[in-house]
Amino acid sequence: MSQQTIAHDSEHAPPEPPPGDARPVRGDSSPARDFSKGFLAKLVLVGLIDAIGLYGILTAISVEQWAIVGFLVLALVAVNWAYFSRRALAAKYLLPGLVFLLVYVIFTACYTAYVAFTNYGDGHNSTKADAVSAILAQNEQRVEGSQAYPLTILTDSDGDLTFAIVRDGQALAGTQDDPLAPAEGATVESDKVTALPDHEVLGFAAVAQRQQEIVDLRVPVSDDAADGSLRTQDASTGYVFESVMEYDPAADTMTNTQTGVVYRPNDQGQFAAEDGSTISPGWRVNVGFDNFTRAFSDDRLRTAFVEIFLWTFAFALLSVLTTFVLGLFLAVVFNDPRVRARKLLRALMILPYAIPAFISALVWKGMLNTRSGFLNQVLLGGAEIPWLTDPWLAKLSVIGVNLWLGFPYMFIVCTGALQSIPGEVYESARMDGAKPWRIMRSITLPLLMVSVAPLLVASFAFNFNNFALIYMLTGGGPNFVGTPVVVGHTDILISMVYSVAFESGLKQYGFASALSILIFIMVGAISWWGFRRTRRLEEL
Amino acid sequence: MRRSIPALAAALGLALTLTACGGNGDDGANETAEPTQGAATTEPALTGTLTMWVDETRIDVMKPIVEEFQTETGVKVDLVQKVSGDIRTDFVSQVPTGQGPDVIIGAHDWTGEFVNNGVVAPIQFGDKSDEFAPSAVQAFTYDGQVYGAPYAIENIALVRNNKLVPETKATTFDELVAEGKAAGVKYPVLIQQGDQGDAYHLYPLQTSFDAPIFTQTEDGSYTSELGLGGENGEKFATYLQKLGADKVLDPALGGDQVKEAFLAGESPYIVTGPWYTTEFTNAGLDISVLPVPSAGGSEAKPFVGVQGAFISAKSANPVLANEFVVNYLTTEPVQSELYELGGRLPALKTAAAKVSDPILAGFNEAGATGAPMPSIPEMGAMWQFWGTTQVQIIGGQASDPVGAWNTMVTNMQDAIDAA
Repeated sequence: MSQQTIAHDSEHAPPEPPPGDARPVRGDSSPARDFSKGFLAKLVLVGLIDAIGLYGILTAISVEQWAIVGFLVLALVAVNWAYFSRRALAAKYLLPGLVFLLVYVIFTACYTAYVAFTNYGDGHNSTKADAVSAILAQNEQRVEGSQAYPLTILTDSDGDLTFAIVRDGQALAGTQDDPLAPAEGATVESDKVTALPDHEVLGFAAVAQRQQEIVDLRVPVSDDAADGSLRTQDASTGYVFESVMEYDPAADTMTNTQTGVVYRPNDQGQFAAEDGSTISPGWRVNVGFDNFTRAFSDDRLRTAFVEIFLWTFAFALLSVLTTFVLGLFLAVVFNDPRVRARKLLRALMILPYAIPAFISALVWKGMLNTRSGFLNQVLLGGAEIPWLTDPWLAKLSVIGVNLWLGFPYMFIVCTGALQSIPGEVYESARMDGAKPWRIMRSITLPLLMVSVAPLLVASFAFNFNNFALIYMLTGGGPNFVGTPVVVGHTDILISMVYSVAFESGLKQYGFASALSILIFIMVGAISWWGFRRTRRLEEL
Repeated sequence: MRRSIPALAAALGLALTLTACGGNGDDGANETAEPTQGAATTEPALTGTLTMWVDETRIDVMKPIVEEFQTETGVKVDLVQKVSGDIRTDFVSQVPTGQGPDVIIGAHDWTGEFVNNGVVAPIQFGDKSDEFAPSAVQAFTYDGQVYGAPYAIENIALVRNNKLVPETKATTFDELVAEGKAAGVKYPVLIQQGDQGDAYHLYPLQTSFDAPIFTQTEDGSYTSELGLGGENGEKFATYLQKLGADKVLDPALGGDQVKEAFLAGESPYIVTGPWYTTEFTNAGLDISVLPVPSAGGSEAKPFVGVQGAFISAKSANPVLANEFVVNYLTTEPVQSELYELGGRLPALKTAAAKVSDPILAGFNEAGATGAPMPSIPEMGAMWQFWGTTQVQIIGGQASDPVGAWNTMVTNMQDAIDAA
């Protein structure tokens, strides 16, 4: 939204009013009094942003997300100040970028860090209040052998809800506080109460309006709470329910009314009894460094870890190396003026780059199929080579497909870098009698590396986390035989995290966040070291 | 109470319209049909709005149903199409924020995860539960409570290409393979596998060795005890190795490959579900559906999958949601219509009795004794270990099938204990 404002601002800014009488007037007018077309447009656009922001604030308030409310209020104040103050010229251009940086980068990073310290995941999905209400709802059971009653919902003169049913031919009515009692003067038609003195029967529309109240209402069957209470879920049939679990807000305990076992909240975000048994669902709590230490202490993760760790490095290094060598070779070849139709060939080279990587990976997966793949069937005449199911061939396939996906990028980068090397340098080298290989080694490569090396480091970091390729092409397979977590020979660290934290049945966002932070630290350290090394190249 | 702005606004608007026709006190069901005196101009067209999530595979089936529901009750249903890969995760993560739908249409094996996260509300069928196929209600039952209303049942069976083999005399799976080989085409029997394995399609064979994933009680419901270990499981593992060595089963044949092969007439038999048979009949194949013959001596029981509707634990419209899910979706005409639209056997007995299609009847017969897929949340880890180990035995990576099978059982037990 705010970007549009900028675009508009810069659009209407250049056609300044013609010099002459307009300028002096403009000079001493306040923006608040300057009702030029551009200003009105700005007013409308900022007003729109304000309206949307306000809607966001109200929505956030209604779901009690105070952090979002605070952020939106600050952002709105900043937007209005930046676009209406005359002293905030730079902010006009910086602000949209800053807002997006905050939303998409900083917030995501902070949130990931926060989640890494919680037990957020399946079974610990929400707040404690939600967990308590879910436990209560899941443990409210229909009293065995009790009847299904056609139920009528009425209101008394105060608007309080009343449930009325017919039991053994007798009309009964009750409210939250008054247990079911014989209803005097009730009209009954085919086992359903249709009218009651001093009460009004609620129609479907009125029921729809007070749904939450109706569903929450429990009418005690008798003075003894153990007899259960009448409730309804669809406003037309009532059942007698009894609660197995009871929550005591003061003591913060959950009690099983049938066994008498008392459950107290533990520091893992669950209600636990003395014998260690817990009730599901739990809620999100801070678990400190548990997720991080688990990455190193869990025996089930350890077995295949070293192999995956080494393969991740091998995969990232080989991917960068192969794509760079091929890209550079092609760039040098197509940079030679003697090659005909260079433009067409260059365009063809970039083609794989134009197809989204994950689609390419899927297509390759089909082409590498042992039985029906194009490679085996057509090119190799029906050979049944297990490209994706043999551990070493699968690794080879992964690197091969990544070469196909990655060389156009290196080709573009190298072509650009080559063309920026001045021709005189080559000319003088040739005059000094240097042979092509010598020129390549002593002139082209060093000059090229200055601009390309940082990109190689970045490419390494990208491939280190190249989840899409692995997931789409091999799914990490072929799997290791008999490991206690299902991971495979081509899994890299990030796909192992996915497999362990999500595909193992229970989703574990906290654990996954912690692991991805560990990977981030690793990639960060390598990149930092790499960039330091590349800086040295510039000193040539 | 958390409440969304749209709901608040809707309630407010509703209240305003209702003040105009306040005081009419009839009992609801015929509210919209009955012209209200004096309020003709402000009769509320809508009594509320339900939000319902459906994935792309089920949305076309649901569209006409919700439209009829709206004409009948005046409750508008907002169908939101979600991608089938995301719908389940999105539901679990969004319900706690108050952003989720009122109703979600899905498969019964989501139940465990939903209950474990407290995002679905129990529903009450009362005495109606006897009107459904027993496995259908069983499928949505978790810890003694029912969490979903079933509307359709599906399972896999043996599908025969009548042109290649007009009659099946085989009573065991080995005889079936021999019969398939005698037909002289490329594959004797097709059972889809793929690189990661497919335990679902092998389950009829496995149960014929009396090795169900979890032990079952007499009524067919599961306990939480692994049942696929021990001698029976080892026998099945050895049998798998044999099928792999004979190239009856092949890791290179995934779902797409077996479908194409069967369509191309390369095999007389395929073990698959109703989702492919429509493609077969559309392509002009003459097919019959039979129970899978036993491989290990006992009856081959496939998994039964049940489709149904869940209600969000945080629905702002609990009464309307119950009205739709419990009282509307489970009626005989609606279930029959869902069958017409979706081509799956209805969960309601009276509606199922009206189905005359021989193909579906064949699936029904094959799945009659099947048990629902287990819905415990840890099942996800089970599938992974299970499929991986099976495909490793079939492909020959695990040269000792018994050892590999027992390692798998240990790993499964560890995964259950760790959860």
